[in-house]
Amino acid sequence: MSTIATESSTTQYPPVEISLADELSIQTRGLNLWYGDFQALMDVSVNIKKGIITGLIGPSGCGKTTLLRCFNRINERYGNVRTTGDIEILDKNIYDSDVSVRQLRRSVGMVFQRPNPLPISIFDNVLFGMGLHDAHKSLSRSERADVVEMALREVDLWNTVKDRLKARATTLTLEQQQKLCIARLLPLKPDIILMDEPCSALDAEGIEKVENLIESLRDEYTVVIVTHNMAQARRATDECIFMLLGEIIEHSKTSEMFLNPQHEKTEMYIQGRYG
Amino acid sequence: MSETTPTVDSDFSLRRGIQKVVDFMEPAIVGLIYLCGWSAIIFVMAIFFFVFKESLPAITGIEEIGGGVDAEVEKLDLVEFTTSPKWIPESAKKPTFGILALMLGTLSVTVLSMVIAVPLGLGAAVYVSEFAKGKSREILKVLIELLAAIPSVVWGFIGLVVMNPMIVDVTGEPVGLNILNAGIVLALMSVPIIVSVSEDALRAVPDSFREAGIALGANRWEMVYKVLFPAAKNGLLAAVLLGIGRGIGETMAVLMCTGHSVNMPTSIFDPVRTLTATIAAELGEAVRGDMHYHTLFLIGVVLFVFAFVINLTADLIVKGIKVQGNE
Ligand SMILES: Nc1ncnc2c1ncn2[C@@H]1O[C@H](COP(=O)(O)OP(=O)(O)OP(=O)(O)O)[C@@H](O)[C@H]1O
Ligand SMILES: [Mg+2]
Repeated sequence: MSTIATESSTTQYPPVEISLADELSIQTRGLNLWYGDFQALMDVSVNIKKGIITGLIGPSGCGKTTLLRCFNRINERYGNVRTTGDIEILDKNIYDSDVSVRQLRRSVGMVFQRPNPLPISIFDNVLFGMGLHDAHKSLSRSERADVVEMALREVDLWNTVKDRLKARATTLTLEQQQKLCIARLLPLKPDIILMDEPCSALDAEGIEKVENLIESLRDEYTVVIVTHNMAQARRATDECIFMLLGEIIEHSKTSEMFLNPQHEKTEMYIQGRYG
Repeated sequence: MSETTPTVDSDFSLRRGIQKVVDFMEPAIVGLIYLCGWSAIIFVMAIFFFVFKESLPAITGIEEIGGGVDAEVEKLDLVEFTTSPKWIPESAKKPTFGILALMLGTLSVTVLSMVIAVPLGLGAAVYVSEFAKGKSREILKVLIELLAAIPSVVWGFIGLVVMNPMIVDVTGEPVGLNILNAGIVLALMSVPIIVSVSEDALRAVPDSFREAGIALGANRWEMVYKVLFPAAKNGLLAAVLLGIGRGIGETMAVLMCTGHSVNMPTSIFDPVRTLTATIAAELGEAVRGDMHYHTLFLIGVVLFVFAFVINLTADLIVKGIKVQGNE
């Protein structure tokens, strides 16, 4: 924790334009991040709206993963990370000293590039997050089973695995594993779900199914999804953020960005003329 | 240009020369490697065969006395051997060969040492692999490996000279050579292997599991016991079994620290005697070809079986990890 240095706004950032109709879920202001001496994020200020799917796109190494991993403070795992600037999630600065990282991660779930269910049973995977929070202890056996069923139904996995809930989660197919990784966030009732290239380890069929699942999460959750796949960004997102070398170049409605990019660099990238 | 061309040529012919030698040597090298591999197996078999053969007359009552002539010797009472607590091999009236007390001696010392060594070893492994960083981690690893390099007679010496008076002072027992002393010394001796094997197991846990746990809100301690322990379960179990194997097989240190008196243990302050120490202490004096002599070898067979079962279990468990890793 000591590696994170937050400078509360001594610098004045230009006022951000917010249309009142859109409630914001994640807001960053002047966010900079260094890995050692290397600056991976430069003065990032974004407003991510609530209840929609926002895509993070950009060439390899531009800092998409880094930015995403700021939102649940999992970047702090690495000893050499230093950040300045503010991140507000649901109107609370996540670097405030009274913020509990555990509560933050409860409301901001994360899905990784490679499905990473824990090497325990499917049942226990779904309940793992709850087990870390107090609510779990007061649940009866049947209530737990209900929680598991609900979460698995929501990701359309219940019918496939209901007869082998005690099987090791690592015996599932990759697609099922990724769905399970989404399912295990749901009992925590998160507000935001972060996804880092959630489909990149899957085959075409798996991609379609997981994309449909992500689609169904819209409205109830704010979803931020990193993707390298332009077709996916187009299909599955409402807004897109284009990043380049640690900076935000363009942030607009997906339809607008793909029809009428404001920036030459954005245009080059989405036409596939960039890395 | 004109200068480099010949060098390239000669370089080329030199390489061809080396290639020829290698081609010629290859079968020989392969043969040598085979020999190394098989010799390890042959040695183990030979040792087992020898120990078993030397113990056989005690069971069959038949001893070869050279020239293909067999003689009948006294048979060991196997029921007495396994169930009697009396080990009086040199009694003039009636020698008794019961190893129950010796087995319990080995068992009690090993169990106590594991009770101490397992939490200590696992804790150290968790610390080294998950918490220590940079220099301190390297230093710790070297120190733990150094601990493994201390000869067992030195450990025995520590038990005898350092621990013994300490136990007398603290507990008020008349003598400090007992299960407690040997258990502590043995624990310290088996900690290094437990640490190094379980550290490997913990480090083999993919980082993605840690991230999954952390992203769901686990703190570091929860990450260790809810994510790492289940994930590294097999490796940790193998580490513990190897530690037990070390404890059962250890001789010199327990000979010096247990008090070496045949005794059915009732508390950790009782002196005991172990199977290994009995062989070490008595084989030199036993008359070759005597019942005592054969019986000592039979104890060797018993130890062999213990060690074999434990190592095999550890091995199978470790193999289990590999199979899962390939999934
Ligand atoms: N732990 C780290 N330590 C040092 N540098 C890092 C670390 N993680 C990422 N970087 C660097 O930060 C930059 C941004 O990396 P990041 O992983 O965020 O990019 P990305 O946009 O997600 O790329 P990709 O599309 O390949 O996943 C890269 O130049 C990368 O080399
Ligand atoms: Mg990335």
